Amino acid sequence: MTKVYVPRDMAALAVGAKRVLAAIEKEAAARGETIQIIRNGSRGLLWLEPLVEVETPEGRIGYGNVKPSDVPSLFDAGFLKGGAHPLSIGKVEDHPYWAKQTRVTFERVGIIDPVNLDDYVAHGGGQGLAKAFEIGPAKVIEEVTKSGLRGRGGAGFPAGIKWKTVADAPADRRYVVTNADEGDSGTFADRMVMEGDPFVLIEGMTICGYAIGASKGFIYLRAEYPQCAEVLTEALEAARKGGWLGPNVRGSGFAFDIELRIGAGAYVCGEETSLLESLEGHRGIVRAKPPLPAHVGFMGRPTVVNNVLTLATAPAILAKGGEYYASFGVGRSRGTMPLQIAGNVKFGGLYETPFGLTLGEIVNDIGGGTLSGRPVRAVQCGGPLGAYVPPSLFDTPFDYEAFQKHDSLIGHGGLVVFDDTVDMAQMARFGMEFCAIESCGKCTPCRIGSTRGVETIDKIVEGVDVEANIELLSDLCNTMKFGSLCALGGFAPYPVESALRHYPEDFRKATLPAAAE
Amino acid sequence: MSGAVPWNEARAQEIIDAHLGLEGPALPILHAIQEEFGYVPEAVVPQLAQSLNISRAEMHGVVTFYHDFRHAPAGRHVLKLCRAESCQSMGSEKIAKDFLERIKLEWGGTANDGSLTVEAIYCLGLCAHSPGALYDGEPIGRVDAEILDELASEAQKS
Ligand SMILES: Cc1cc2nc3c(=O)[nH]c(=O)nc-3n(C[C@H](O)[C@H](O)[C@H](O)COP(=O)(O)O)c2cc1C
Ligand code: SF4
Ligand code: FES
Repeated sequence: MTKVYVPRDMAALAVGAKRVLAAIEKEAAARGETIQIIRNGSRGLLWLEPLVEVETPEGRIGYGNVKPSDVPSLFDAGFLKGGAHPLSIGKVEDHPYWAKQTRVTFERVGIIDPVNLDDYVAHGGGQGLAKAFEIGPAKVIEEVTKSGLRGRGGAGFPAGIKWKTVADAPADRRYVVTNADEGDSGTFADRMVMEGDPFVLIEGMTICGYAIGASKGFIYLRAEYPQCAEVLTEALEAARKGGWLGPNVRGSGFAFDIELRIGAGAYVCGEETSLLESLEGHRGIVRAKPPLPAHVGFMGRPTVVNNVLTLATAPAILAKGGEYYASFGVGRSRGTMPLQIAGNVKFGGLYETPFGLTLGEIVNDIGGGTLSGRPVRAVQCGGPLGAYVPPSLFDTPFDYEAFQKHDSLIGHGGLVVFDDTVDMAQMARFGMEFCAIESCGKCTPCRIGSTRGVETIDKIVEGVDVEANIELLSDLCNTMKFGSLCALGGFAPYPVESALRHYPEDFRKATLPAAAE
Repeated sequence: MSGAVPWNEARAQEIIDAHLGLEGPALPILHAIQEEFGYVPEAVVPQLAQSLNISRAEMHGVVTFYHDFRHAPAGRHVLKLCRAESCQSMGSEKIAKDFLERIKLEWGGTANDGSLTVEAIYCLGLCAHSPGALYDGEPIGRVDAEILDELASEAQKS
């Protein structure tokens, strides 16, 4: 029976994958063709979604941007045998956007049936966990440390060290918590792993639980991802049924289970201590550190809180060895990073590659420049708390330290492209506004300062005491940076300051015409 | 959204009791309450406080902290429009502003006929297809005026 792949990834659904699926099923029935539909995740060539694939002896042939109305002509063209059609992109594996990637964390995403354990195993799933059981907890932590894997949630803290801290903390219980709150604009890698290969996260959490001596894990998933919750629920169910979770994981004697929890629309709950408060059922108010969650976490117990990508990379590290993973990358940024190319960009998608490409290569060569066709003016890197980077800094290599040098951050790997119609004073204003909306309210500079920031930018834009108010805004940014408990208030100034630094003219529009007279 | 049942204290208690075995049950309960009744009624706060053995003030604090818990029922359909940076880069602010003007609503408002509530949301992970939206939980990418007008008239009909 011919296998036809129609993604269930949320982005594919957002551009009509469900209607395309219905059209294919209807047309196949009408023509008496028997086909097997597989709902895969997305390959990450997102601008081509819905990307329908057909399995042929030569490999999987892709048809991009399929609309329901294209379906009859696809059948006419013999697409079930990989027939030629204007929408054909040929063998998906040969597409340059795919072929040039180094897929480690995303090895199976878009390829397998996400909720089928047999398919997972057939594509190498489970080898990391088997290795972990073979070498024992201490060696697992050693491998993860050797890999150089740093937390992919934003702060870049070495994962191995965090695991060791939790493993060494005396306790009656320990926990693994996956941070799946993915609130940064321009990011969707966590979602794509969870929708395209949820078992890899389950396996990664199990490896972590085994290494640190935890028998319970939580996935804290943001509420904005209802489709992702469905996939995870199916996958957790299948994992329990298949003996991958439960009292005796894969016959090892190790007991581990995972509970899925849904957030409730608070960005700050992505901050790890706020997340733990929320998980315990409280307001998501950030906790002061120390104590670290690694010592006093969920229910007061030592807890690993890791991003989805961090945990989903552990199985590959165990299966292939820490040194293999560390062989990719530059400087202290080891391994690969799933870049998320978004915004006003031609080839938006997910692109996993070793650290070290320059920002210009990512935006122009891979992303293809703006979708509008106008010049790129700014790229916001690392979400709403990340800086706006102008094309003059496009030679900056994509790694943690090189970005820090320019007062920017790579964060969760999201890149949002803007063309030259963007008003950077408005983007700075939005940065402050977002901080005001999402502040947990604990610190004055963040809670009140952000609102003052919005007001001050409004005055600047109106042309009121421009230079004095710009100075006031800079002072305010400093106060927020040094007087905030967490990175929401502490980093919200970065987009604002970068806008002020690189796009000064946008803050002086009200005064410039007068000056020119 | 449609399908919600009228407030019923006994039913609420059933929902609460079904979750009490969880570690940190408050959010799962509030989600289940909202799923059942379409919002989190004020009346559930004392009930929950008692079941969870915390003060009413603390419970109230939890309910009000999270953007997603409604204090009143929404319209029959809910449209959440993304206002975060990536969607702004594709003109979401103007598209949303013009749409809200056409249907005479403010952010968070519900149409007079109760057909549609329009809310702001900050990123849906659809940033490669900005502007993004959720309509009754279904994702929509590349949102434009035509799509929004269609949704608004569809909402009126059902
Ligand atoms: C305001 C704020 C929001 C955050 N949101 C997220 C998030 O959505 N996902 C995430 O993994 N980390 C987020 N973080 C970072 C977490 O606090 C924490 O560093 C991370 O979960 C640790 O996991 P990692 O070491 O694997 O990155 C956020 C931090 C702050 C200050
Ligand atoms: S900086 Fe803002 S979000 Fe962070 S703890 Fe302080 S008030 Fe809360
Ligand atoms: S910023 Fe709108 S979907 Fe991500």
